Amino acid sequence: MLESYLREQRRHKDILLMTHIVIGYPSLDASFEIISTMVDAGVDLMELQIPFSEPIADGPVILRANQKALANGVTVKQCLEFADKAAKMFKIPFLLMTYYNILYKYGVEAFTDKMAAMGIRGAIVPDLPPEEGQSYLQAMDDHKLAPIFIYAPTSSLERMQKIAGYARGFIYCVARKGVTGQQTSFSNELESYLARCRKSTQLPLALGFGVKEKADVDFLKGKVDIAVIGSQTIRIVDKKTIPAAGEFLRSLRD
Amino acid sequence: MLKRGYFSNFGGAFLPEVLTATFDELEQVFEDAKADPGFWKEYEHVMSTYSCRPTPLTFAENLTRHFGGAKIYIKREDLNHTGAHKANNVMGQGLLVKRMGKSRVIAETGAGQHGVATATMAARYGFDCTIYMGEVDVQRQRPNVFWMQRLGAEVIPVKDGTRILKDAINEAFRDWVSNMEHTHYVLGTACGPHPFPEMVSYFQSIIGKEVRSQILEAQGCLPKRVYACVGGGSNAMGLFSGFLNDPVQLVGVEAGGHGLNSGKHASRLCSQDASVGVAQGYKTYFLQNSDGQMLDTHSIAAGLDYVGVSPILADLKENGRARFEAATDSEVVAAVDLAMRKEGLIPALESAHAFARAFQEAAEMNPEDSLIINQSGRGDKDIFTVADAFNDPAWQQFIKQKAEQYNA
Ligand SMILES: Cc1ncc(COP(=O)(O)O)c(C=O)c1O
Repeated sequence: MLESYLREQRRHKDILLMTHIVIGYPSLDASFEIISTMVDAGVDLMELQIPFSEPIADGPVILRANQKALANGVTVKQCLEFADKAAKMFKIPFLLMTYYNILYKYGVEAFTDKMAAMGIRGAIVPDLPPEEGQSYLQAMDDHKLAPIFIYAPTSSLERMQKIAGYARGFIYCVARKGVTGQQTSFSNELESYLARCRKSTQLPLALGFGVKEKADVDFLKGKVDIAVIGSQTIRIVDKKTIPAAGEFLRSLRD
Repeated sequence: MLKRGYFSNFGGAFLPEVLTATFDELEQVFEDAKADPGFWKEYEHVMSTYSCRPTPLTFAENLTRHFGGAKIYIKREDLNHTGAHKANNVMGQGLLVKRMGKSRVIAETGAGQHGVATATMAARYGFDCTIYMGEVDVQRQRPNVFWMQRLGAEVIPVKDGTRILKDAINEAFRDWVSNMEHTHYVLGTACGPHPFPEMVSYFQSIIGKEVRSQILEAQGCLPKRVYACVGGGSNAMGLFSGFLNDPVQLVGVEAGGHGLNSGKHASRLCSQDASVGVAQGYKTYFLQNSDGQMLDTHSIAAGLDYVGVSPILADLKENGRARFEAATDSEVVAAVDLAMRKEGLIPALESAHAFARAFQEAAEMNPEDSLIINQSGRGDKDIFTVADAFNDPAWQQFIKQKAEQYNA
């Protein structure tokens, strides 16, 4: 189970790292090389995003990566083959991240069958709240896959508790309002939000949106279990090289 | 947990968590307003003193004679302030913004009509205003960009995706998820997550209420058919809602572009290219590929050039209550020409889709019967597109002279 893996890892690490890639950006081959580099750098789990034409919760960096991947002609079938290969090659757990329409068009059950067969451990679907996710939740549960749900600073304690009832694996707490890839201030305000998150559930907590340097990760130690690095590694790969992203990830927990 | 906002299989609220509380608030304020008997009165008062409601129903005597079939009536939404039915929705949502105590409004716009209407509302009610508009639409509806800016709105051209209406909606959502505390997103059509389809239709129902009693007064009986163009579906919902429980055929006309087999159109309810999916927060028919990626759309009318459609209309299609047809770009230009020459009316290119289809069907209908076309907007905004379509030499000469003046 994903949750027990995370707890096991946490026994000897202050904080875990989850990274993110958009499959097919900048190309399928490069995506694979990026995963390999990230695994080498010691990341504990990864989300693989299947690109979608309307990524409404994503900011400019990930939005453009989605568009570029689609412009390269990447298909859902290729993405699943890619995820299959990654899950077979590397030991860390992988999650799929995408928008609900991709699952809906594929067929929610067929999609979860496929995930289970490939050894993918869970999914993050940011535009699928539990209210709309009945068939998804059932299908995920049938395969012991973890549906990762999201908390936001605008979620009340009551709402968080409700969501936690449907979540497995861990909860993904977004650090602030807005979309991916913008500035987050790691401050007292964030601390009180995280305290509310902590109070609402026994599940491990991840924090993402705007984590981009060692100081951010240090701030999160003792407050959450997982720090999520999203747009920042895309920026580094864009501006520098794939190995530079590896060095960056290593530096976060030195 | 209860699913909300479904019209049989369509609709819902596929929201990122960060917006859940905002939608709860919006739904609450909308429910309170509906339950408040004074609210609709206040709304009608605004629309009759700031816009031009009730808008007239015009009997098109010359067109009726021309086709020799059904009597043709035209509902004049073009006579609203800012020249389209969009004002109905915008002023209604403006009243809700006041109730919520927010200070900024944002909106998407395709044709620019919704953007202009939102900019006037913001000016009148003292809100800050940002309008998202696809870069392609900024070019083809330039007069409306000018007016939005003069009205004090910031117009942000959207350069991502297909650079048209759907992309403007995505950007408006991205703004909203950052600024929802003070900002309301005035969605311009009967699409998006619950409660937008229902709420926009509620405000637009003022069209149907008026026109039903107007036609009864004019001729003592109901029309046989009513026609509206369908972009997101708000003017169609406004018109149809007046006749849902009557023996009246409801006809929605989508953008046929270069033809339904050309791959260059925006017909979601009457073409084979659309299928059910979930995007932009709701479930409906979308023009998408088998992976679920949205397709490029095309229409001569920016306001109809959209991948999705109202979940309420999708439901009316599935249950057979409404019929959906398409009109091509060239049929639409011909319909504008005929409406101008025969009646002196200048329909927007969007509205002209309804005209084009009604013109095709009128002749086959019985002269005892009548039909109503919703003229959702006026065509002034389309001056560049229409001038190009007619290849108007005098206009081209004028533009050249004007450009020279600016160069001098
Ligand atoms: C004049 C006019 N009619 C119709 C539409 C289409 O929208 P809807 O289908 O919501 O009425 C627009 C949209 O911009 C418009 O400007």
